[in-house]
Amino acid sequence: MLEQKEIVGEVKVIVFRLKDEEYGVEVNQVRSIEKLDHITRVPRTPKFVKGVINLRGVVTPIIDLRSRFGLDEAAYTDATRVIIVAVGELEVGLIVDAANDVIDIPADAIEPAPEVVGGVEAAYLRGVAKLEKRLLILLNLDKVLNTEEMKQLDSFEGKHHD
Amino acid sequence: MDMNQYLDMFIEESKEHLQAINDNLLLLESQPENIQIVNEIFRSAHTLKGMAATMGFEDMASLTHETENVLDLIRNHKLKINSDIMDVIFQSVDLIEGMLYNIIDGGDGSADVSAPVSKLRAIVAGDLSAIVEEQAAVQEAAGPAAAAEQPGKHYDLDEYAVTVMRQSKDAGNHLFWIKVTLQESCLLKAARAYMVFDQLESVGDIIKSTPSVEDLENERFDRSFEIAYVTMQPADAIRTMIANISEIQEVIVEPIELKQHQPAAPQAAQETAAAAQTAEAKQRAENTPVGGTGKKGSAGKTIRVDIDRLDILMNLFSELVIDRGRLEQLAREIDRSDLSETVEHMSRISGDLQNIILTMRMVPVEQVFNRFPRMVRDLAKDLNKKVNLEIYGAETELDRTVIDEIGDPLVHLLRNSIDHGIESPAARRQAGKPEEGTVQLKAYHSGNHVFIEVKDDGAGINKEGVLKKAIERGLVTPAAAENLSDKQIYDLLFASGFSTAEVITDISGRGVGLDVVKNKIESLGGSVSVDSVRGQGTTFLIQLPLTLSIISAMLVQVENEKYAVPLSSIIETAVFRKEEIMLAHRQKVIDFRGRVVPLVSLKNIFQVPDSGRGNDDEVAVVIVRKGEKMAGLVVDSFIGQQEIVLKSLGKYLVNVFAISGATILGDGQVALIIDCNALIK
Repeated sequence: MLEQKEIVGEVKVIVFRLKDEEYGVEVNQVRSIEKLDHITRVPRTPKFVKGVINLRGVVTPIIDLRSRFGLDEAAYTDATRVIIVAVGELEVGLIVDAANDVIDIPADAIEPAPEVVGGVEAAYLRGVAKLEKRLLILLNLDKVLNTEEMKQLDSFEGKHHD
Repeated sequence: MDMNQYLDMFIEESKEHLQAINDNLLLLESQPENIQIVNEIFRSAHTLKGMAATMGFEDMASLTHETENVLDLIRNHKLKINSDIMDVIFQSVDLIEGMLYNIIDGGDGSADVSAPVSKLRAIVAGDLSAIVEEQAAVQEAAGPAAAAEQPGKHYDLDEYAVTVMRQSKDAGNHLFWIKVTLQESCLLKAARAYMVFDQLESVGDIIKSTPSVEDLENERFDRSFEIAYVTMQPADAIRTMIANISEIQEVIVEPIELKQHQPAAPQAAQETAAAAQTAEAKQRAENTPVGGTGKKGSAGKTIRVDIDRLDILMNLFSELVIDRGRLEQLAREIDRSDLSETVEHMSRISGDLQNIILTMRMVPVEQVFNRFPRMVRDLAKDLNKKVNLEIYGAETELDRTVIDEIGDPLVHLLRNSIDHGIESPAARRQAGKPEEGTVQLKAYHSGNHVFIEVKDDGAGINKEGVLKKAIERGLVTPAAAENLSDKQIYDLLFASGFSTAEVITDISGRGVGLDVVKNKIESLGGSVSVDSVRGQGTTFLIQLPLTLSIISAMLVQVENEKYAVPLSSIIETAVFRKEEIMLAHRQKVIDFRGRVVPLVSLKNIFQVPDSGRGNDDEVAVVIVRKGEKMAGLVVDSFIGQQEIVLKSLGKYLVNVFAISGATILGDGQVALIIDCNALIK
């Protein structure tokens, strides 16, 4: 998808904030942005899985992106948002500190990500976009929502309880 | 016009007819003298042939046709049934079935039919040589060739058409048989045919056309077609009228002479051997498919509904159930009598609606069962065993999602019973049992479950053999084996990779064992158990939920969290006093009706955050079971029983421990559904 956009020359992204950094996910991977409502905890899942919500009749899992990236978790505020993203058959909500912008990024402004940006491993990143005044970190959702990795984490977490 | 739109219908109906043929063939095998059954088979085969020909599946049509010829001889008492003939017919039906599955898979349904066709022809020919002196039979056996060589001599009419024509004639109409031949250069044959029809219908009624109207519209005809026609006009006028249409080469209009006697009823046909009658019966056999399908026995009034639509209906209704829960809760909170009454009424109605929708999705297990008699017959033959399959409760209904999945496990269990259970006739004689073994397949309702039993009167399970093998395979230690109960030993059969047969046969010992059956059934929310008496037989019992989408559950509260426990796993809910809890091997247990039941704290298992609720003197316990085993789930309080809609947790959260899914409660929140099987070890 990114490749196609490159021909056009621009990528439309939803901008959200996590700790001190600004991140972007491609708008066509985003289903909706929700306010944080009641989350039902699902026991014995990785720490970053906060549980499931009722998203208009569909039970949707929610993960805390701070926790997913190993950043220190923060209390949820009025600004906290859940970005519902869809990758393949997966539909997952991402808890972020705030989501407030949609911008077009010129494709040539996107550079490969350095090893670690804002404490997030490069594997989870698609690249970094340098705009006039801001630095935008583009997420690679396929990696962020990798269930294989989650299964490993799951069995790891599981060992704690048995 | 595209034939594809008829393909689904063709497949469905062909399946039904093949099933009917199979059923009746089996019946015929036990009652070879019953010509009525032959008639049934003949009718099914005939319809099948017509449909196949219409759809252009030539191999299928020709094989069916040859089969039909044999059946025709049988029903006309010109051929005696023997097991060789039965086998050939069975083989042909199998081949036809194979073609149908090829068509279902998108193939063209072609197959090499020469072998069965020549066998069938041999049967026909062999018999005919013996009775050749019996008048006109030869012509009949010559079949389509004879009919094709002299078209025009036959009017190809079914009873309905004849009745209509007789009435029309009585009303002063002329009956004509019209044959129209188009010019060789004619390009738009279908259009010409249409014009002929159009002209004819302006001054009379077309009773029947050969080929059928569909075929004509589809240009599925050579250059000529024949019509049975009723009109007040004289023959000349009709001839001129059609001849005036361009590109018509030839028009033949002949008056139809109706026979004075009533046309033979299908079963009456075989009783009279008069040449005229035979010809008429042959005509019926050569009939086009259009008239054929209507002759099935009177069934209840039903319509076919696309399964997807039922699924959509079910999903929509699930949403409604969730809102119903929400409304009920709101009404309780608002507490206004008129609102409460309305909501209550709506709840009642939606409850009825739910029952109807659920029953609409219910299909009799017959659908699965009816392919077994044939399978058992073949299997028994292959294994040189004598087996009688008895089916009970085929009318028992199950949700179609369960029906779709239950076939394979049952096939496996039946094969198991026949292969490993039923002994050889010699062994049975020695054991003082009848040579013929019996396998019972029973289905019945009980509570919210359907039970299916596969029971054989074979040798029973060899406990020592099972144990020996289990120890060999490292499934149990020799020491542990000593203390196993019979039930536990039998359960070893379901352990992964277990096969007790000394010789691996291709029937049931194919590397996959009963563990596959167990997994499948458990994935359906059911369970399977086995019981056996040495020398008397083995019984497999499958327990299945009635439906998979809306279930009754008990909602429980644990600290601030709510969980749903499926009612199907609950034996009872009870409140115990703290001092009633005992310790056995550091495991908390209670005495429940004389049984020691271990307690499982949901709070600990699910690591529920403490809400500072404090300690009560009493504990609320939900007693749940898995098979014979029980456990007590310790909760804080019972919220109540409720119908809940099963929802999956989605593809991201897979294999969550002891959680089978989720549901949406009346307040819009999600509650997790507890998988009790995972909590009982």
